[in-house]
Amino acid sequence: MSTFASSRETTEGRIYSVTGGDWDDVSRDIGTAKEERVVVNMGPQHPSTHGVLRLMLELEGETITELRCGIGYLHTGIEKNTEYRTWTQGVTFVTRMDYLSPIFNETAYCLAVEKLLGITNDLPERATVIRIMMMELNRISSHMVALGTGALELGAMAPMFFAFRERERVLDIFEMASGLRMNMAYVRPGGVAQDLPEDAITKIRELVRDLRKNFKDNETLLVGNSIWIKRTKDVGYLDLAGCITLGVTGPVLRATGMPWDLRKTQPYCGYENYNFDVITADTCDVYGRFLIRMQELEQSLRIIEQCCDKLETLNGAPVMVADKKIAWPAQLSLGGDGLGNSLEHIRQIMGTSMESLIHHFKIVTEGFRVPAGQVYTPVESPRGELGAHIVSDGGTRPYRMHFRTPSFSNLQATSAMCEGSLIADVVAAVASIDPVMGDVDR
Amino acid sequence: MSDVNKGMFGAAGTGDTSGYGGLVRVSSSPGSSERPYGSYFDEVADELERAFPDFNGAIEKVIVDRGELTLHVKRERLFDVAKTLRDKDSLRFEVCLGVSGVHYPEDKGRELHAVYPLLSMTHNRRIRLEVSAPDSDPHIPSLVEVWAGNNWHERETFDMFGIIFDGHPALTRILMPDDWPGHPQRKDYPLGGIPVEYIGATTPAPDERRSYR
Amino acid sequence: MYGDAADWNGTSVGIEEKLPSGFLLTTVEKLAAYMRRNSLWPATFGLACCAIEMMAIGSAQKYDISRFGMEVFRASPRQADLMIVAGRVSQKMAPVVRQIYDQMSEPKWVLSMGACASSGGMFNNYAIVQGVDHIIPVDIYLPGCPPRPEMLMDAILKLHEQIKDEKLGVNRKKVIAEVEKAALAATPTHQIPAFGASE
Repeated sequence: MSTFASSRETTEGRIYSVTGGDWDDVSRDIGTAKEERVVVNMGPQHPSTHGVLRLMLELEGETITELRCGIGYLHTGIEKNTEYRTWTQGVTFVTRMDYLSPIFNETAYCLAVEKLLGITNDLPERATVIRIMMMELNRISSHMVALGTGALELGAMAPMFFAFRERERVLDIFEMASGLRMNMAYVRPGGVAQDLPEDAITKIRELVRDLRKNFKDNETLLVGNSIWIKRTKDVGYLDLAGCITLGVTGPVLRATGMPWDLRKTQPYCGYENYNFDVITADTCDVYGRFLIRMQELEQSLRIIEQCCDKLETLNGAPVMVADKKIAWPAQLSLGGDGLGNSLEHIRQIMGTSMESLIHHFKIVTEGFRVPAGQVYTPVESPRGELGAHIVSDGGTRPYRMHFRTPSFSNLQATSAMCEGSLIADVVAAVASIDPVMGDVDR
Repeated sequence: MSDVNKGMFGAAGTGDTSGYGGLVRVSSSPGSSERPYGSYFDEVADELERAFPDFNGAIEKVIVDRGELTLHVKRERLFDVAKTLRDKDSLRFEVCLGVSGVHYPEDKGRELHAVYPLLSMTHNRRIRLEVSAPDSDPHIPSLVEVWAGNNWHERETFDMFGIIFDGHPALTRILMPDDWPGHPQRKDYPLGGIPVEYIGATTPAPDERRSYR
Repeated sequence: MYGDAADWNGTSVGIEEKLPSGFLLTTVEKLAAYMRRNSLWPATFGLACCAIEMMAIGSAQKYDISRFGMEVFRASPRQADLMIVAGRVSQKMAPVVRQIYDQMSEPKWVLSMGACASSGGMFNNYAIVQGVDHIIPVDIYLPGCPPRPEMLMDAILKLHEQIKDEKLGVNRKKVIAEVEKAALAATPTHQIPAFGASE
């Protein structure tokens, strides 16, 4: 027997584990088996499973009769870990859940904490506008990865390079604003960690102009491409009833024709003051979801332009809530040895104001106290509805934090989408759901 | 729920002689609310009462806090209440956004809570259902037949808290390995970290450290 | 790196058993090292956030690793030389990591990318293996959360330096024995006297 495709007998029959190697060996083994049903295990380490996702396919020939997802290979225990950290430190944990759209995790968490604190209306406007701008930039970078890796899994290599090229430009902006490319921990309860540097708006406007031009590269390659259409049209079909009962949100839901986007229906952070459209498609298939993601890029660019206009009028405004007992003492500045507390701030707390020193000390060591209660705040992440359910017991640490992540709910739909179709379509369907395993497993 | 926090420095049994160990802080969660609830909550409560004649027998309390409505439901009536909320035209909470478990070990007799955030796309409304079960009998009826998306969420809540959902088609572990003992997110399960090793010293794991609380 | 040399299914393959000794061996070592390090093929083992930075180093124009001959990320571990463990290894994933490592054929190297793979990172809890070196031998550790693509390139180049000095045959066995003796006699990290402290 070959050493590549190992198999073992179970109560359900013979199961083959394919972990690389020749398909000929597998099919030779299968040819000699008596049963018709074959269970193939894809992953967790597999190039086209979007991360550590395990797909168990029961096959009859090339058609899938049953599909099950195995998840939990990236379970990090983030939710339990935050129960031992202050509310502000929770941001650094939460940001690593959906690592392709960290700002959304942070914003959902911070909106929830602010709701519990009752300071949602006290947030300075500049902070809210910066949050929206960061979120939309993150939406662009996340959709770029979705498009790039989706295309790569279906065999197209060039879109991946174009997508990552644009993504690098967006990550440069993140680095300029927060110091990090990914997992920024930039949005904090009460505002954002620090203000944008002076030339940020100019650079962002330049980026928007360049992105508009460069998005056409991917568009001309894939939209209307007959090979692409053949692989994605009528694949991964999930209609409105299926989406609603499975709790699927995001581009998958909008591909059924339902214009449900939390930014329009239940606006947060002031989204009602921005002009943008909700993109839908009515084909319920992978091609529709792909078109939605491509067009959402343009809408995000529109929002970013409006944010830049607003920020220019709000020059010099604070970016943290005024209440010194909650505001992260984040007057940071870039010194010779990196980012740290600005010398101004240090002079103030050490020389001038005892109160500032006490606030700084208490917030950094103990953290602020959040009154008891529970909230659930949703935001519209690139994958769907990301909701933070946070329970506070009145202390400086969260009592319980649970994130309703879109990828977890959306991934349940793979069985409904793929049973009855071919193996190649599974890859396309999973790519169109765009799951991020950090989001799924937390 | 009332919570009493003792001490300032987290881990107990340390050699702390500062006196902060004697600090006692009491905080309480918002209790049951009185009518009128405000915004669309009154409508929802009225409609539910109309559709569900045994409202007071099924709903233990109604809490309106921070602009959100929470209905505490008795676990025996959970399935019926859920079905009504989903099917009645004036309510139409078609989408359930999952199950979140919370473990309150001090709340004797009602330690395990399961929270279901609901969304009505037709009416653009959100409410929350909360069910409780004691540690000694951690059974809650499964809502997979009402909202199919709860399948994995209930598995996760079982995996993390040990709440057994009666009627679930395949209640197995989903995030931890299949043979993992214990339910990690319960309050009596340790965080499980190891001491951090530095040059010359070690620091204990996060849940055993002294920290300002 | 210096694990069991080419002992797969009881038969040795490769140049290991055809080695001369002495002066000729050093020449062969240099040649073999040159070949091996100049086209290391990574195995796709992206787990979490670090995987995205790994994809960036492979696909973004700024950080092209094709210049090192490494842009072919082989999905099959049989065809890969370098396993870049990029991301946090959870308890459920640990046996899979070990299985993939075992399936890689000699010579193989492991680069643990990121704080989570090197030591468990910020996740000091029940769900994450506190460092992938609990499961597999690691050749080079790369800290960062996530490390920038330039940092990953630096780590790969340092690994190239390591490979350059790798010994074969008799010399290799000697080095393995020495390293093991040194490791057994070393003081544990937390017992090393801290900087500036007197004995």
